[in-house]
Amino acid sequence: MFNDRTAKFLLLAAMMICVGGAFAPNWIVNQFMFGFSRALAILGLMVLWRTGLVSFGHAFYFGLGAYAVAILDSKFGVSDVFLRLMAGAVVAGSAGFLIGFIMRNYRDIFFAMLNTAISMVLFGIVVKTESLGSTDGFAISASTIFGLAPETKYPLFVIITLVGLTAALLVNFYLKTTFGKLTTAIRDNEIRVEYLGFSVAHAIHLKYTISAILAGGAGALMAMSLGQVDPESMINWTVSGELVFVTILSGPGNVIAPFIGSLVFEILRTYAFELAPQAWQLIMGATFLTIIFFLPGGIWSLIEKLGGKKNEK
Amino acid sequence: MKNSSSILEVRDLLKTFGAVVAAKDINVDISQGEIVGIIGANGAGKTCFVNMVTGYLAPTGGSIKFEGTELVGLETRKITHAGISRSFQVSQVFHSMTVAENLMIALAIANNRGTDALSLMDTPDLRLKLDEVLKRYKLEPQKDATVSALAQGVRKLLDIAMAVVSKPRILLLDEPTSGISVEEKFDFMDIVMGALREDGVTVLFVEHDMEIVERYVSRVLAFYQGEIIADMPPKKALADKKVQEFVIGKEHHKKKK
Ligand SMILES: Nc1ncnc2c1ncn2[C@@H]1O[C@H](COP(=O)(O)OP(=O)(O)OP(=O)(O)O)[C@@H](O)[C@H]1O
Ligand SMILES: [Mg+2]
Repeated sequence: MFNDRTAKFLLLAAMMICVGGAFAPNWIVNQFMFGFSRALAILGLMVLWRTGLVSFGHAFYFGLGAYAVAILDSKFGVSDVFLRLMAGAVVAGSAGFLIGFIMRNYRDIFFAMLNTAISMVLFGIVVKTESLGSTDGFAISASTIFGLAPETKYPLFVIITLVGLTAALLVNFYLKTTFGKLTTAIRDNEIRVEYLGFSVAHAIHLKYTISAILAGGAGALMAMSLGQVDPESMINWTVSGELVFVTILSGPGNVIAPFIGSLVFEILRTYAFELAPQAWQLIMGATFLTIIFFLPGGIWSLIEKLGGKKNEK
Repeated sequence: MKNSSSILEVRDLLKTFGAVVAAKDINVDISQGEIVGIIGANGAGKTCFVNMVTGYLAPTGGSIKFEGTELVGLETRKITHAGISRSFQVSQVFHSMTVAENLMIALAIANNRGTDALSLMDTPDLRLKLDEVLKRYKLEPQKDATVSALAQGVRKLLDIAMAVVSKPRILLLDEPTSGISVEEKFDFMDIVMGALREDGVTVLFVEHDMEIVERYVSRVLAFYQGEIIADMPPKKALADKKVQEFVIGKEHHKKKK
């Protein structure tokens, strides 16, 4: 699991980031926390994308993860970072597993929009329900680690980095298993996969559930990083769009890509907003167009080009 | 034609699409090790028959038994598990991957089913098997070529090789030589039939070229409007009046266009 270049790079990079974070200014630590939290969801979307599936509704799972944390906090007073993360992943994963029974029968635009529809239902429910915080959402108390309440954000930053590392290693391994290799194969030719004796529905169901778990984890981490949740920034369809945006920005080439892409997105958005508060979408849109026209393989393909063939593969 | 050594028993198979009768009164027994040629004009129901045996199409009526197990109603992959594989009239491969990757996936699925599918795919053991298959189907020179860049013949060969790695007992090939030039046809069939004979696979293949039929099969099933009008050795079949009228006559017609 650790003996390929991607895994080695991930381990090294995570270590350096954790050490570097101790000396970095607060705003950088924040960017990394938001970027890496979201990267978890991107990792899941990448698995789906390689299979030829795009979901325009993963804010559903992202939101479930975030709201699981918020409700545990406000109703049960749970503040432990690991319990919160687990809750987000388990709630979203269970929902993904159940909804997967439907999703595995759909492809293309139907798959994409069915997900959107489900996320809009959740959005509607949350907005209309007072006990779920309605449009205001919840503030979330600071997370504790093994009962200790840290004074800075650094410990949470380290945990997010390590969770990201673990998820990346697991997905990296998964993509090398027989199940995992059935991504491009399913995209290319489902009939052949079935005739080889493998259930395409089962494979897609598993991938979908994985993507739901990851998006739920991402939402939980994001909620803890931000210290608040609200439907607009967690469940709305614009969030789903954002996730797809970052997936394409990152590129499907490697499990490292979502982390880089997500970080670039975070920084880009912050600067675009500071530079042009009225027109930041313009900057984001232009970036998106540039990527689609000149880098269809995402930022990862640029890294591959620059690093030649010796880079991570 | 009840035969004690038959592994495939087809009884009263019927398939209709509205008013179109694609299969009717089909009764066949196939014995272990037979090489059977399926002939018939366009639209005679050959593909339909192959599709029903492999679970791609549900019959309207009748039964298909493989070693005593009823296949009708089984999902395609369960039929693969039972030991029946197929190739397609238009080759069904993973077009954005290389030949080696295509075969690796086929080998991995054949070897790792169920929870094993969560173990690493690329193992030394599988690599050895891959080399064996590449050699056997003479695909070594193209092993790192992407499928979409391959010639039709190579793609067809790959399609068949992928169908065979699961070590089926019965293999159905739908027009294996279509799209392959006349000069290459025999070389192609030599590679395929040579490899299959080594494994003792029972083969049923759909073919329009009577020279190929004569050369490779031990038995012919001639289809006409969904029915089997002749079931006999190739020499006899090609001389048969009905076959000449309803199959070969139209064949010559077809070749011209
Ligand atoms: N899905 C379908 N819906 C309606 N009719 C169909 C369908 N599939 C096949 N048929 C009809 O069933 C009959 C048999 O078709 P089949 O594809 O088995 O012919 P074939 O013998 O394989 O011909 P060819 O040599 O052209 O491949 C034809 O009349 C065809 O039009
Ligand atoms: Mg046909």
